[in-house]
Amino acid sequence: MKLSARRIRAIIVKELREYRRNRYIIIGMAILPLVFTIQPLIAVLDLGAGASSLIAHEHVLLYMLGIPALVPCVVAASSVAGERAQATLEPALTTPIRREEYLLGKALAALIPSLVVAYSVFGLFLVLVVLLAAPGIAVSLIQGPDLAAQIVFTPLLATWSIWVSIAMSCRSSDVRVAQQLSTLASLPAAFAAIIIAVGVIPPSLPLAIGAVTLLLALDVAGWLVVSRLFDRERLITGAG
Amino acid sequence: MMQIMIERPTFVSDTAHLPDPGGGHREIALSVSHLTKRFGDRVAFEDVSFEVARGEVFGFLGPNGAGKTTTVRTLATLLAPSAGSASVAGFALTPPNGVEIRRRIAVMSESPGLYLRLSVLENLECFADLYEVANPRERIAWALGAVNLADRTHDTCGTLSKGLRQRVALARALLSEPEVLFLDEPTNGLDPAATREVHDLIVGLRQGGTTIFLTTHRLEEAERLCDRVAILNTTLRTIGRPAELREQLFGRSLIVRTRVALADPDRTFAGLSAVNSWRADDAGVYILTVADPDAAAPVVIRALVSAGADVLSIGEERHSLEDVYLELIEAKGQVGV
Repeated sequence: MKLSARRIRAIIVKELREYRRNRYIIIGMAILPLVFTIQPLIAVLDLGAGASSLIAHEHVLLYMLGIPALVPCVVAASSVAGERAQATLEPALTTPIRREEYLLGKALAALIPSLVVAYSVFGLFLVLVVLLAAPGIAVSLIQGPDLAAQIVFTPLLATWSIWVSIAMSCRSSDVRVAQQLSTLASLPAAFAAIIIAVGVIPPSLPLAIGAVTLLLALDVAGWLVVSRLFDRERLITGAG
Repeated sequence: MMQIMIERPTFVSDTAHLPDPGGGHREIALSVSHLTKRFGDRVAFEDVSFEVARGEVFGFLGPNGAGKTTTVRTLATLLAPSAGSASVAGFALTPPNGVEIRRRIAVMSESPGLYLRLSVLENLECFADLYEVANPRERIAWALGAVNLADRTHDTCGTLSKGLRQRVALARALLSEPEVLFLDEPTNGLDPAATREVHDLIVGLRQGGTTIFLTTHRLEEAERLCDRVAILNTTLRTIGRPAELREQLFGRSLIVRTRVALADPDRTFAGLSAVNSWRADDAGVYILTVADPDAAAPVVIRALVSAGADVLSIGEERHSLEDVYLELIEAKGQVGV
């Protein structure tokens, strides 16, 4: 099967244009990162200089991986259900586009803003910590392995969340229901990041390698499984 | 009046051929054989067979729920048929051929299905890329010109009226220069001027060799534009040229009006070999069933004058496609497929 880069790009460009003009998506994508940023930011800024030795053994930054695990739900959940609701799915599916191309375009379009938001909020968090936290806190908090984990796991978690959300979107005719189910289904990934951040599961290099391998496999499998779920007939007729 | 000619490569088909009005043969663009679509126990359409020649405008008529849209969706590879077979633009209607078929067709569905937050241009750019249209800018400009929307290029689709959205959807369907164009109620919501433009566009496309499968409720539209029509009500009720259908169903007849009722109409008409039968419709109004109205009219007039009647008018009774449609849709059994 040969995929067409032009058709995939057409879907990405169309989606990004629509996101930009949809205030519900913009608001939705802004609220979740705030929730994940404000609480740890207040906690960190509240720490005195004496706490720097304590947090040197914690991995507070990994808490921020909740953002790429949950933010993509906002856009990806509406990707198919939204098109059905607007009756725009049928015209698109009568073009030569293959379902794999269509879904890949949808997923990449959701991934781009999700990565921008996740990395931007993370960067902003670091800047605020460096500028506003008590002396020594920033140095203790910002650790190389945690930064690397953030950089590597952000796209992997976001991609997984996107496939879960698109799967929900394929099975639902209502955008809100799809968003709620997607958020629910993405919670385990966010929860895993949080329990590592708070030290319930101690982070280690083997754990990181295992998690990367697992997420890569899940991300590829997600594309294939969601492509199977994408049944033109059911989506057009609403049957089943 | 618009004149649009679209040049396209020679269509190659080794399947059956349809006769054309010129006495030659035309290549098949759509061939449907005993096609059936069921959703569980519900039958959408059943045992539908027809062929459409390349460059033909084929009208597909039927009441709501008759299966017209489902037929279009099936031929457009969106739905899998439950039984039967078909070929579209020279390709068998099978899942592996889906992409190749969709490359050669375009569908304008009843609902425009535009991205309302995007501009007209952005909508068309997206679809030009999905069809991988060569020279998309030129093609988009042509399509917008064809539907008279060149001045609305940068308008957001959400701000357009229903009629304008319909025209954008039509422009979108023209982008890929389809071999077979499925139009589902293309003039629905359009004002008379825009409707006429669409009609002219359809005529131009036909002259360029595009096959048009037109689903419509506007019977006068079908009568004006379509070479042949099919009437569907789950099963195919009839298929043919509008004039043939009228003759097939109603025969040909003359309406004669006299100033006063004839004293003995049976004696006047029964002896005429050109008249097959007659009936009085009203006082002084007679319907004569004839084989050839042109040959029968002078004979009838002579007979009426001999009988001392004052003839007010004589003319062929005209049945519209609407009469045919209503007769077939209201009839219980299947009629002359």
